Amino acid sequence: MMNSEPILSVSNLQQHFKINKDLTIKAVNGVDFEVKKGEVVGLVGETGSGKSTVARTIMGIYPATAGEVYFKGNLISDKGVYRKNKGDINKNMQIIFQDSAAALNPRMTIEEIITEPIVVNKLLQDKNKIQEKLDTLLMEVGLDHTFKKKYPTEISGGQRQRVAIARCLSTSPDLIIADEPIASLDVSIQAQIITLFQRLQREHGFSFLLIAHDLSIIKFICDKVAVMLHGKIMEIGPTEEIFTRPAHPYTQSLLSAVPVPDPIYERNKILIDYDARSAIEEAEMVELSPKHRVFNNFPSLVFQKLY
Amino acid sequence: MEEPILQLQNLSVSFDTKNGEVEAVRDVSLSLKKGEILAIVGESGCGKTVMSQAVLKLLPKTSRIKQGRIIVDGEDITDYKEKEMRKLRGGVMSMVFQDPMTTLNPTIPIGKQITEAIVKHNKVSKEEAKKRGIEMLNLVGINREEEMFSLQPHFFSGGMRQRCVLAIALVSNPQILFADEATTALDVTVQAKILDLLLDIRNKTGISIVFISHDLGVVARIADRVAVMYAGKIVEIGTAEDILYNPRHPYVWGLMSALPALTKAGESLATIPGTPPIMLNPPPGDAFAIRNRYALAIDYEEMPPMYEVSPTHYVATWLMDEKAPKIKPPISLKRMEKE
Repeated sequence: MMNSEPILSVSNLQQHFKINKDLTIKAVNGVDFEVKKGEVVGLVGETGSGKSTVARTIMGIYPATAGEVYFKGNLISDKGVYRKNKGDINKNMQIIFQDSAAALNPRMTIEEIITEPIVVNKLLQDKNKIQEKLDTLLMEVGLDHTFKKKYPTEISGGQRQRVAIARCLSTSPDLIIADEPIASLDVSIQAQIITLFQRLQREHGFSFLLIAHDLSIIKFICDKVAVMLHGKIMEIGPTEEIFTRPAHPYTQSLLSAVPVPDPIYERNKILIDYDARSAIEEAEMVELSPKHRVFNNFPSLVFQKLY
Repeated sequence: MEEPILQLQNLSVSFDTKNGEVEAVRDVSLSLKKGEILAIVGESGCGKTVMSQAVLKLLPKTSRIKQGRIIVDGEDITDYKEKEMRKLRGGVMSMVFQDPMTTLNPTIPIGKQITEAIVKHNKVSKEEAKKRGIEMLNLVGINREEEMFSLQPHFFSGGMRQRCVLAIALVSNPQILFADEATTALDVTVQAKILDLLLDIRNKTGISIVFISHDLGVVARIADRVAVMYAGKIVEIGTAEDILYNPRHPYVWGLMSALPALTKAGESLATIPGTPPIMLNPPPGDAFAIRNRYALAIDYEEMPPMYEVSPTHYVATWLMDEKAPKIKPPISLKRMEKE
């Protein structure tokens, strides 16, 4: 069901934060990628790599310093175009944040939280229809009707994240951006939420941009992965290829650092250290295979073409 | 047999809340040998932090040690008062917390924070303290230590801050270090380096470490022995190999099959249904029974005793009883045939 039409396309995206006249933080410094219809794309990187800033810039929370963001063919990084398509963007692009306790209004009941986007976007007018929709949404995320009158503080973290997911599904979006949606949850609850995402994605067919620092989850759920460092994409390609044949030294070091629950393997594992000293600032993306590109900032390294 | 450095005997800790008594730690017994790294694994609210806080007597006022004994280096410290505990804390035992930013005082130079303990405890001179402080920074792998000694925490990155916190914990040569989710807030690459540093320090100084974590991958890298806690009780304890290659408790099976790292892409991830229990009114039987696919009728009525799997490996589940049906664990962890 995946076709080649990109739902989101980002090119040369830049986000510079001016701290004062001497200091500008280049949080995102030239990022290009695409999310196709029905595709699950992972964005990984360490703290401060700019992955959350990418998400927020796409959402229009901060205006981009430079670069273009196309959503369903419209250049939404342009203010005029954004304003014209505001209704469509608000309805079809949704975000899920890491900390559901902070993202959900503590003074609203679960019912109000989930139905708010429907009411605000005037998707349904009839009260009975809204209730029906609410019931289906709750069922889809695995909560029962007893939650309707509860407040976010009364339920557990995993349940709160389910409410956040239900809220974001309420407008049937084409694209969901999730910024570390499971990082603050327990291991057993993480698995429940990942499985839920997988099921919902399969049923609804929305495109999914998943931001995470946990590579094992990316490996599990994503079709495509982009690895970020210092505001740039170091390597981008199909999940399978990135995990079996990582080309960039940074990707290699990141993969080697992921702990595996195998004591003998772990004790003998030698970490690959990423040494950025010989890296250069300005470089180009090199194509290794039609879908696999790597940032060639090590002139001494020759990346082997995979085809 | 060498005398263990830390021994807990049937330790129970309870909190008094307005809704009643919450049993955070229930009947925990374990021992820690010299130079050993013991990992305590469990989900949030399982009592792993409360247990370590009980040993250090850092518990809030609403809680109390209901029963059991804490023996440190052959000495029973269960009834120690604050004054006596102060000598132990930072001396014999010290602790590293999850978030280095809240542990460090943002206004005081790192060097002063590191040497504070020895200046207070050992009454060393200023020069000596500084020498020791620089030595510590060197030990935890901070370069240009002379320069760094006089800088405030905000000059440091997250990983370096956690190294400084380790330096503070290690400055008075403790015998036991409690590391409570010490690497959880860090990036994977930084985490791997801090874990290696802990192993290195253990090899150099022979310190014993109680490493509290929820990440089985991290535990595999660092731990000699692993104790898995659920609802305030130790449900399984053994060497890292015992627990990760041959787990016996259904909860540990669940935890491991929920790891994306052990599941192939395309397969669906196994989940543990439900949520961890609230220990306000613990059920009479095994607290895990309601989430347990393999629960037997007796699980709901009576708490399972500790069964011996091997001399190093103990597990509390009725499945080990001779009358129980033989169930094959759903996961088999094969050693990775790589590198």
